[in-house]
Amino acid sequence: MSSYTVTAPSSRQKWFAGTMVVIYALVTMIPLVWIMITGFKSPADAISYPPKVVFEPTLEGYVNLFTTRTRQTEEFLNANPPQNWADEIVRKYDMVIVGQSKFGERFMNSVIIGFGSTFLSIFLGTLAAYAFSRFKIPLADDLLFFILSTRMMPPIAVAIPIFLMYRNLGLSDTHLGMILLYTAVNISLAVWLLKGFIDEIPREYEEAALIDGYTRFQAFYKVVLPQAATGIASTAIFCLIFAWNEYAFAVLLTSATAQTAPPFIPTIIGVGGLDWPAVAAGATIFLLPVMIFTILLRKHLLRGITFGAVRK
Amino acid sequence: MTYSKLATVSALALAVTGAATTSQAEDLTLCWAAWDPANALVELSKEFETESGHTMNFEFVPWPNFADRMLNELNSGGKLCDLLIGDSQWIGGGAENGHYVKLNDFFADEGISMDDFAPATVYAYSTWPKGTENYYALPAMGDANAWFYRKDWFAREDIRAAFLEATGRELAEPKNQLELLEIAQFFQGREIDGKTVYGAAIFTERGSEGITMGVTGALYTWGFKYENTPGSYDMPGAVNSPEAVEALEFYKEFYETATPPGYTNSYMGESLDAFKSGQVAMAMNWFAFFPGLYADPNTGGDKIDFFVNPPQNVPASTLGGQGISVISYSDKQDAALEYVKWFAQPTVQAKWWELGGYSAHNSVLNDPGFADSQPFAGDFLEAMANVQDFWQEPTYAELLLAMQKRVHDYVVADQGTAQEALDKLIEDWTETFEDEGKL
Amino acid sequence: MSDRTIDRVAAATPAPVARKIKGLSDRAIAWIFVGPTIFLLLAVNIFPLIWTIRLSFTNFRANRINRETEWIGLRNYERILTDLDIWLNMQATAHFLIWTIVLQVLIGFTLAYLINKNFRGSPFWTTVIVLPMMLSPAVVGNFWKFLYQPQIGLFNYIVSFFTGKDPSSFEMLGQVNLAPWSIVIVDTWMWTPFVMLICLAGLRSIPDYIYEAAEIDRASKLRQFFTITIPMVLPFLMLAVLFRGIENFKMFDLVVQLTGGGPGSTTELTSINLKREAFEKWRTGYASAYAIILFVTVFGLASIYVKALNKVKER
Repeated sequence: MSSYTVTAPSSRQKWFAGTMVVIYALVTMIPLVWIMITGFKSPADAISYPPKVVFEPTLEGYVNLFTTRTRQTEEFLNANPPQNWADEIVRKYDMVIVGQSKFGERFMNSVIIGFGSTFLSIFLGTLAAYAFSRFKIPLADDLLFFILSTRMMPPIAVAIPIFLMYRNLGLSDTHLGMILLYTAVNISLAVWLLKGFIDEIPREYEEAALIDGYTRFQAFYKVVLPQAATGIASTAIFCLIFAWNEYAFAVLLTSATAQTAPPFIPTIIGVGGLDWPAVAAGATIFLLPVMIFTILLRKHLLRGITFGAVRK
Repeated sequence: MTYSKLATVSALALAVTGAATTSQAEDLTLCWAAWDPANALVELSKEFETESGHTMNFEFVPWPNFADRMLNELNSGGKLCDLLIGDSQWIGGGAENGHYVKLNDFFADEGISMDDFAPATVYAYSTWPKGTENYYALPAMGDANAWFYRKDWFAREDIRAAFLEATGRELAEPKNQLELLEIAQFFQGREIDGKTVYGAAIFTERGSEGITMGVTGALYTWGFKYENTPGSYDMPGAVNSPEAVEALEFYKEFYETATPPGYTNSYMGESLDAFKSGQVAMAMNWFAFFPGLYADPNTGGDKIDFFVNPPQNVPASTLGGQGISVISYSDKQDAALEYVKWFAQPTVQAKWWELGGYSAHNSVLNDPGFADSQPFAGDFLEAMANVQDFWQEPTYAELLLAMQKRVHDYVVADQGTAQEALDKLIEDWTETFEDEGKL
Repeated sequence: MSDRTIDRVAAATPAPVARKIKGLSDRAIAWIFVGPTIFLLLAVNIFPLIWTIRLSFTNFRANRINRETEWIGLRNYERILTDLDIWLNMQATAHFLIWTIVLQVLIGFTLAYLINKNFRGSPFWTTVIVLPMMLSPAVVGNFWKFLYQPQIGLFNYIVSFFTGKDPSSFEMLGQVNLAPWSIVIVDTWMWTPFVMLICLAGLRSIPDYIYEAAEIDRASKLRQFFTITIPMVLPFLMLAVLFRGIENFKMFDLVVQLTGGGPGSTTELTSINLKREAFEKWRTGYASAYAIILFVTVFGLASIYVKALNKVKER
């Protein structure tokens, strides 16, 4: 038995562990890969039995996702040749493209509300986190716990009065209403995470700046913020992902103008029944940004998901 | 044909400045469910746009979310829809909660007479309280639940012979509910052209209204009634009558012995899917889909035929369909009323039927050529003569959800007995009416 | 008074400069910085919560504005707590909660343990494993519904590949005995990485010298595992369970998309039931009482749990 160090695993152990983990990772990827593949199938291939692994790829799902189509008579089809490749695809079903679907709009709503609420949560959260980190605030611990506890509430529990409140204020189904709401949900995360990041920045930097004649604001702005940049960025991504994924409030409080993608994607239907390739295409487009962000975030992931309770 | 981007952009710009523009040209939004007839309505409305100068926008919501989304919209006082083609059961709530504009004065001023529309549709889609001359909608789309089947399979000699041997009678459109079940059971699991096929696709959906709409098709024909005397809310003995219990047991047997596997939560879309993919011999669905089914390249044409919901003790069909209402929260009610006025014209109604919408106008329905204009037109008239609808109370959603739960728990989840399910349903409904002060 | 550097600096600085350093007083700045956050939370969380409590004593219906609202005291609470159907929803929730936690802890810990062996490429595979938990639960639920389709769905096909069962012979979402497990499977697929990450942090927090000391004492590997690894990871694991517990008690989006509560009411978790009462039946007062009961339950259970967690940490 080799004994150069007692804690390092042997190469056999490593090999075994590696194999098991890789198998798990591959299995866990199957649903995701499958959904991405389905986006490139034709509706018939998507519901074929047994499920098809080899098939002729088509962009039909994506075309169906972004357009509305209508069935036309033969005369009409013959008189009007297809206008572009997308039109060409739907002609197979005696259909023509008549306009854009709502998906683009819903996706943009997700972007607007996601970024809007992220910006606001980070702005307010950074200020509050700085204050909690640097100043003596009476009952600071209680306030911090209060901020955290708001996250424990089931969304449906506050949804009723928020629904009534928004109805009276005219905030239902508006971007502003959703931005404020998501900000309120995200701010607890932002404050907790950012406080952790700011705590890690040595106070000496600011103090030196203060001696140099900076005001508090200047010190905060010119010294602390740049130092906290990575922390702020990763917190921002967490807020963005949450707002991006949120469903319960979106389904209750939005309908046409401010509806985001998550309540919309499951309702994409084709001619009779769910158009699975279009749903899959929508899901793929919607999930990809989050996957990329997750990869970017991997170093801060743990901290983000535990509200800063666990730091690596 | 393709909408230009510019038009979309300018439409958006109009929507933003909408309030400021004069009454000359409005931007109207009509809300309805996303299905075939809605596309026909878009076509039809182009004429209105040219004639009036108003622009029509459409907000079509898929059926499973339609009620949820639209009732939420109405209850939040939303201004999304100027016009709403709302389900028949919403009329009570729409009227009592002030969501819909009362149309009596408008009808009188414009010379629109409700006598020009089929009485069953006026009763169901327009009036509240039921049957009184208080109109909150104009019948827009007549509809009922009916059946369609694979005519080509029913005509095949080998299948006909097998059916004769199995049942002792000729394979034909069923004359009552039990025959319907028998045919469905006959097809269940049968090999046709090397493929296993199943009996029939029926409604079993839990989330919105699916299973209720399906099961009432059986209940009504057994003679099910909501109340002992109409308007009394006196339900024990009616809702849980022996006939009702039998009908509910029938529906469960149908579900268990004659439907394709996996159809545990299926509604309109799944029924269409099952039929179009050649999985089932028969299926139930709304008349609204029949033009599309008939036009289907694979299973339409001479491969399909239609029949009315077969009677059992009485002839009856579950009512679908909608009236068009003007939303009271809209800032553009005048333009919206203009649309209703335009829509009510006999010529427009005729074109509506031609495009695939089910007109409820007498001039269309009573036309001698109507019954033969489509293979399902005669069935439609027959069905509409015996339609019955769910509660249309302002609390309809609560009543419906209770029924969805009780029926799905029994039929699909196999809990308790039919008697228990209906007894519990009465308890739920009694509680609702008690809360309302109606009991 | 205080010996913070900043105060000492301030004291040592001539008065005019000090004023410049401080600008606004720190206390003022603190409140300006914290104020908006607190205000927002009060407006969007606390105020609505109080409103919910108020509504819970009435028979108000948000869709019947014209109807008179009455105070009915504790009637709503009484009705909910004596309603058998709601207890069934609670049971469904408990089943979901317990099994997701058990499975996620077992699989998550095992994975973390394996990853902690630091084989080549482990950071890459960790990132891959983590992906599902960052995705939108509603969209995930929606496409798992596709995977669960009998016959055409991949899930049944894979099961049939390994067991030889006919892929159309069972329906994960439609059968009363399988549906509760179908939601457990998806949630486990999605959230095991969460438990794994936290366990991994726990494992990495154990300093090598403890194992080295144990090795010198000739403690067996198994013994080391139970006397060092498990106790050291436990606080982390408990934290993970706390997070998952709270989240799954609130579970709505994933399950709504998967089963919608069906078949019958077998997967109707409390928050799905609550949504039906509040926004489909529009029994606003009743639903408010329901919401309060759920909130108190989750808050109560969480605080008891946190006390236990702190005890473990102190050990």
